[in-house]
Amino acid sequence: MAATSPRPRTIIDKIWTDHVVSQDPGAPAVLAVDLHLVHEVTSPQAFTGLRERGLTVRRPSQTVATADHSIPTTPRNLPMLDMAAAAQISRLEDNCQEFGVPLHGIGSPSQGIVHVIGPQMGLTQPGMTIVCGDSHTSTHGAFGALAFGIGTSEVEMVLATQTLLQRDPKTYEVRIDGRLAPGVSSKDIILALIARIGVGGGTGHVFEYRGEAIRALTMEQRMTICNMSIEGGARAGLIAPDDTTYEYVHGREYAPHGAAWDAAVERWRRLPTDDGATYDKSITIDANALEPMVTYGTNPGMGIPITSRVPAPQDEADPAAKRALERALEYMDLQPGQAIIGQRVDVVFVGSCTNGRISDLRLAAAALKDRHVADGVRLMVTPGSDEVKREAEAEGLDEIFKAAGADWRESGCSMCIAMNGDQLAPGQYAVSTSNRNFEGRQGKGGRTFLASPLTAAASAIAGVVTDPRTLPGIETLAAVGGR
Amino acid sequence: MAEPFRMFTSKVVPLNAENVDTDQIVPARYLKVTDKAGLAEALFRDWRFEEDGSLKDPPFVLDEPGMAGRQILLVGDNFGAGSSREHAPWALTAWGIRAILSTGFADIFRSNSLKNGVLPIVVSPETHGRLWDLVEHDPDAQLTIDLAEEGVMLPDGSTIDFTIDPFAKRMLLAGTDELGYLLSKDEDIAAWEAAHPPRIDTLAGTR
Repeated sequence: MAATSPRPRTIIDKIWTDHVVSQDPGAPAVLAVDLHLVHEVTSPQAFTGLRERGLTVRRPSQTVATADHSIPTTPRNLPMLDMAAAAQISRLEDNCQEFGVPLHGIGSPSQGIVHVIGPQMGLTQPGMTIVCGDSHTSTHGAFGALAFGIGTSEVEMVLATQTLLQRDPKTYEVRIDGRLAPGVSSKDIILALIARIGVGGGTGHVFEYRGEAIRALTMEQRMTICNMSIEGGARAGLIAPDDTTYEYVHGREYAPHGAAWDAAVERWRRLPTDDGATYDKSITIDANALEPMVTYGTNPGMGIPITSRVPAPQDEADPAAKRALERALEYMDLQPGQAIIGQRVDVVFVGSCTNGRISDLRLAAAALKDRHVADGVRLMVTPGSDEVKREAEAEGLDEIFKAAGADWRESGCSMCIAMNGDQLAPGQYAVSTSNRNFEGRQGKGGRTFLASPLTAAASAIAGVVTDPRTLPGIETLAAVGGR
Repeated sequence: MAEPFRMFTSKVVPLNAENVDTDQIVPARYLKVTDKAGLAEALFRDWRFEEDGSLKDPPFVLDEPGMAGRQILLVGDNFGAGSSREHAPWALTAWGIRAILSTGFADIFRSNSLKNGVLPIVVSPETHGRLWDLVEHDPDAQLTIDLAEEGVMLPDGSTIDFTIDPFAKRMLLAGTDELGYLLSKDEDIAAWEAAHPPRIDTLAGTR
């Protein structure tokens, strides 16, 4: 009997096999791409390449562009002062026009961070292969899609052929059992995972996040986790679709409708990993034991439970790890063994493709309602898309933020990548809901503590790194809804 | 299209750091370019230069005397972590780097490097330690990189073997790029498309 039943497969294996166009002996597979997302920073040289070779975009109808990385988050009626950024955005507009690629750029009601608008418009769907010249493309894995970042040469390949050359990825099961306590969020799950396995732990693999804690998450919470797969070294990370997924996708602009919807759901229900399928690697994390996490160092793997102390280099056995920790603490100007709670904060940033969605803003607003940002602290709230901004304003979140003393911005990548003038001054400390705490990432000399929106809001109020579980009424707060 | 990758001999730039991310290799503010030129100045910008554009004192390893013109980078584990910016290998090649020796590379960086004629060579921790000892003992030691034979020749005549994806090797040695290969698969792609209706129509709203 066993001999006749098909080999159990992971969702990763299923999506992969579904998309292999052909494969020569010894060569990587030619992998079909369902959806190609394009933005202004990593695409200009690719379009130039097409032009030089006299090529066209093979499938404009499977390609979509937006401007997000270098756009200002100041009011849209102000002129762009950064001429290089303006030129790059204008180049994107010209390229999209010339090659027939639909653009949701500045002024479009659907503009936003590329990894926010894909799901928002219903472009991101289970079972798809999705690529973008951006490492946080892994975000779309939350829908049970195989989604990963590519370089500009690959952007050119996908534009020209709607395919890529890829080696079969290894699989990495990330099982999150149990349930999160109030005040502990999906951001804390992913920061805990990366702290455990390190920033190179997932190299060569695709994560599949599974388990009770994952099933209990909303789509936006799942996106936060998948988003930071790359910070664990995995080019992609995904979560098998379930009713939560279908409910989110249903009715969105580009989602299938009517009979096509029913057929799609039937197809998607076959995607989850079969019982008995095996992975190349596995790890289990107990959600019950997780605390809010915060990073103290200069890569996302340098994270600790918020009630812990900054590690000491002398406790590091491995010389390379010791040297890295010494350098990180010097850059961050933190003392070994100091508590991270109570550390001074100058700026708090709520936004990015990691935590710039409506549920993130609702949580931050709930924490800030009838409170005020601490003296000397700048709180910047940047919605992940125009749609998120409109929704937040319809709910009055902007008024809560402004009353609390926060700066309510237009949408964009903003201070996550600090390309657009939204940046830290040298030496400043930020609690940031974004994804990278690399040296200078949020501005030359700036120092980043990565954390969840609740931790960010609590820290903005106190003016120091603060455990969100100390917020009054945290049980009610943490239950503030999303989708 | 890159030049064919030929055997070469060079001294080594040693960079003693792990998890070097692409934000260090090219800071984001240098990503507003629309071509690939001029990125040598952006390479490791904030590790090399003060705010006013003067070199750090002491200088970063790239700017130490005798480093200019070296084509091999020896660096710690997980080099090229973080963002997908191909500006990282563009900047490295603009400075002159053609091969990087490490115990590991981030996936996207490795892929991007191979498309730009930069050879990422993975060695074992033991071999990595041996190479460090070599360049510490003799900073002007010359290594010969032989991709065809998959070997790094040391001054004492011994060879460190490495392995590389055979397809990537073929592409590098021929100086051809993957796009040319994919374009040659047009019939396969068309057949696949005929059998698999698109799952999305991003132009639907505009029609």
